[in-house]
Amino acid sequence: MAQTRRGHLKMYLGYAAGVGKTYKMLEEALELKHQGMDVVVGYVEPHGRKDTIAKVVGLELVPRRKVQYKTATFEELDTDAILQRHPQVCIVDEFAHTNVPGSERTKRWQDVQILLDAGIDVLTTMNVQHLEGLNDQIWQITGVRVRETVPDWVVKDADEVIMTDLTPRALLNRLERGVVYAPDKARRAMENFFQESNLVALREMALLQTAHEVEVRQSTQDEVEDVLRNLKPGALALTPQAASQKERILIHVTPAPASAALIRRGRRVADYLHADCFAVYVESEEDSKRAPTPEFEALEKHLSFARNLHIETRVLQGKDAAKVLVDFARQQGVTQIFVMRTHENGWPHIFGRDLLRQIVHLARDMQVTIVAERGRSAKL
Amino acid sequence: MAKLTEQRPDPNQLLRQVQAEEQEQRGSKLKIFLGYSEGVGKSFRMLDEGRRRRERGEDVVVGAVQPKVPDEINSLLQSLEVISCKTIAGVPVMDLSSIVARHPQVCLVDGLAYDNPPGSAHATRWQDVQELLAAGISVIASVNLQFIEERRDQVEKITGKHVTATVPLSFLKAADEIELVDAPPELCMVRAAQGTKPGSVLATRQQHLSELREIALVLAADVVDHQLEAYMRSHGIEQLWGAQERILVYITPQASSSKMIESGRRNAERFHGELFVAYLDQPGITAKDQAALHSNLSLARAAGAQVVTLDGDDPVDAILEFAKARGVTQIFVGQTSDRGWRDRLFGTTVDDLVRVAQGMDVRIFPK
Repeated sequence: MAQTRRGHLKMYLGYAAGVGKTYKMLEEALELKHQGMDVVVGYVEPHGRKDTIAKVVGLELVPRRKVQYKTATFEELDTDAILQRHPQVCIVDEFAHTNVPGSERTKRWQDVQILLDAGIDVLTTMNVQHLEGLNDQIWQITGVRVRETVPDWVVKDADEVIMTDLTPRALLNRLERGVVYAPDKARRAMENFFQESNLVALREMALLQTAHEVEVRQSTQDEVEDVLRNLKPGALALTPQAASQKERILIHVTPAPASAALIRRGRRVADYLHADCFAVYVESEEDSKRAPTPEFEALEKHLSFARNLHIETRVLQGKDAAKVLVDFARQQGVTQIFVMRTHENGWPHIFGRDLLRQIVHLARDMQVTIVAERGRSAKL
Repeated sequence: MAKLTEQRPDPNQLLRQVQAEEQEQRGSKLKIFLGYSEGVGKSFRMLDEGRRRRERGEDVVVGAVQPKVPDEINSLLQSLEVISCKTIAGVPVMDLSSIVARHPQVCLVDGLAYDNPPGSAHATRWQDVQELLAAGISVIASVNLQFIEERRDQVEKITGKHVTATVPLSFLKAADEIELVDAPPELCMVRAAQGTKPGSVLATRQQHLSELREIALVLAADVVDHQLEAYMRSHGIEQLWGAQERILVYITPQASSSKMIESGRRNAERFHGELFVAYLDQPGITAKDQAALHSNLSLARAAGAQVVTLDGDDPVDAILEFAKARGVTQIFVGQTSDRGWRDRLFGTTVDDLVRVAQGMDVRIFPK
């Protein structure tokens, strides 16, 4: 049987509800239909917006799946029905959406992967604040801890990311005119997330993220060629020569809660530097013999979080954590070690600063990046 | 962590504020649609905004249109009042006096980058726009990346096309709002199909468009960042965070500064961020150190960094004060330990810096 071509994923990226992502996406859907493509709507959330509703008219809708959860009925993307219908192009709004419990897949983006695997092209929408890698920065700026996140690699895998821009003032006007939300919700929104300074900052992030996505897609080809040129026949990918071509980032994971932010930061820097990235925990021998503790569970959670972000993880053993870590880093051709600056309080001293000092002392042939937790700025 | 301060703004800041207030009083606003290439649809977006404003009761006229327009734009133009350009010596020139006499609330100007023929009121069309703004008429305009003076060479290297009439970046930065019109390159290619040479290779064109897109996105982000800063300053907020990465490389005569500067450059480039290279002004520095410093500073300038001289007795305080004020996200420092009296490794600048640098990364470079 012939192998199906993976579907193309095109994402309309915005920075807030109401900037016009869905509208732009539908505009393109109509254009594709006009060109003779077989286009269906898998899911569109019109939010009662007139312009958006008008655009859906004339497109075939695949009925949504109704899900009963507790006392309410929810509507979700019906992935199976779309697979059966098998259009060329499917419209799936709100990429970062979390499915109602009991759905086959937790996240809508995972449903989209299924459609792509089946060779269906997908147009989708997302706001920049849903990117996992920006989670801490978004919190720092807006005070909102976004829960519905999408791993950065999923967006990186999209074939194209298009920025949907609108000036914050125009967006605020739309809110005031009641185009985006009902009046009550609009007022609450403007007092919180939709403050002008937040919007300006989010918009800048969306622009820079899109620029990054564009740049990554240009350089992939160049880099493949570079690597091919530099690889000697029969050489392993990890030879010092190859390693010197490429940065390699090692993230030191501990059970401390701050590890999540460290993993996000390391991943993000690795993405921007086009670097390899892996995460390591050093466990002492006593640790390995002990029964599972809350700390152990926290650690497992961090390591699995790292793997979800496509970071290879490793657990090493040894008494001297700093030495084990740095030796391993050296052996792996690591160029940069990421460690968390732990709080003076809350985390045992001995595990914090002294370890940090030792790592810096030992890793004299590589860079050590000490990531401080991002504090929350005062309300603007 | 940003705190409100009672401090007096500096004179430049005050001036900018006064200018902003004057413009506020005039009531006229400038909005610019920026596109990365022909065919992204900025004219449509601009005219469509004009149409919607008109529907909402604003008095809108079109002051300039492109010489050749596709059907969809033509039909939009049908619904709008157009004050045609005059053609002088074969060049379309906005009919300023008619527009000012008509005095609409909003004037749409499709295409900002035109040089007016000699004898016109202003040498360029963007200066015409300034006159409209001064007369209290708001302007919505469109411009293509290739016509931004400061990006012209960069774009020309990609496209091989030379343009003569340009608009200065400062004009964009002074606009009240700029909006980026992004579109998939292939859509843009279809729309601009008539304009392409028959022999042009599709893949090359796509690569070009992608490069132009990146430049336009970064340019828009830059303008937005400028606005964010202005917003924060006008609200008296001491900047402590930013939406973009800002890298501060702290150099000393001892550290392997050239590697750090090179790394800083690469990081800033990849993040589309800002790069600062700072050093502490130390009296009594040896001639050898002075020479090393000089060569590193020229490296820094060549890398596009802003060179910063820090004053004070304590490097940590000086670095931190600057980093906070400028919203630095990453500080690059070298390991300072020399064998000998400084062998209290990590007990000096670096140690202190790590301890006090909140909300920033500190990257320590090997000697």
